[in-house]
Amino acid sequence: MSVLLVAVGAAVGAPLRYLVDRLVQARHESLFPWGTLTVNAIGSALLGFLAGLPADRTVLAALGAGFCGALTTYSTFSYETLRLARDGARFSAAVNIVASLVVGLGAGYLGLTVAQAIGGAR
Amino acid sequence: MTEPLVTPVDSDVDLRVPAERRELRPSPWPVLAAISAGGVVGALSRFGLTEAFPYRPGGFAWATFTINVSGCLLIGALMVLIEQVWTGRRLLRPFLGVGVLGGFTTFSTYVVDIQQTVAASAAGTALLYLAATLTCALVAVWIGTTLTGWAVRRHRANQDRTAAGAT
Repeated sequence: MSVLLVAVGAAVGAPLRYLVDRLVQARHESLFPWGTLTVNAIGSALLGFLAGLPADRTVLAALGAGFCGALTTYSTFSYETLRLARDGARFSAAVNIVASLVVGLGAGYLGLTVAQAIGGAR
Repeated sequence: MTEPLVTPVDSDVDLRVPAERRELRPSPWPVLAAISAGGVVGALSRFGLTEAFPYRPGGFAWATFTINVSGCLLIGALMVLIEQVWTGRRLLRPFLGVGVLGGFTTFSTYVVDIQQTVAASAAGTALLYLAATLTCALVAVWIGTTLTGWAVRRHRANQDRTAAGAT
């Protein structure tokens, strides 16, 4: 059952990463990979939120491992960073590393905090 | 005149590359279906590995570490092959790059692994996992592009030599 839910979540999450990336890129001219940063932040916030809720294996499989896992990406993040560094945009590469870590972790903790606030209010 | 050769910075999609800007026309469905199918393959492989090799609270998340680092090695190799060898295959990058490798690697699990390791009072391990994944992922993508680029050049040089010998 979990396997099927992971598959369904990923079937939606992966194309959504592509579409959000396109949408974000269409709105700015810079070389900086805002699109990937956006999907990684959204996915980290959602997974942080899920991790803060009472554990439900079904939800974690579908939304966590499937949807959030496929929405976010490490391969694109590191490829972009390498390309920026190689293309002479070393500062952008460094900013991409720091921003991805700070924004990703911040988003994750924000999601976790919201989940705990909701859980605590019940 | 042909379009200037722009290679993507963003391996998922880079709108500065004309072919990628146009790839949802006339219909977006082939590309989106390829990404979706690839994403399922990648995510299920990741799920299988993380289920097979769980880590204890406060431990080092080896499965996700290995997934992210190997995915980075492979995207480096794949992008060189797509740009230099397998050119003009419209659904290859969407399926293998955006789908399989994008779905295989994950940033959200990386973030939550760090949080949970900190929460398990193992801040040192969390910091080590954070830094080790980042460093090894960047080195891996560099190795992937460099070795593949070298192999492609070597193969081409050998082909040229053979062709020159034949004439």
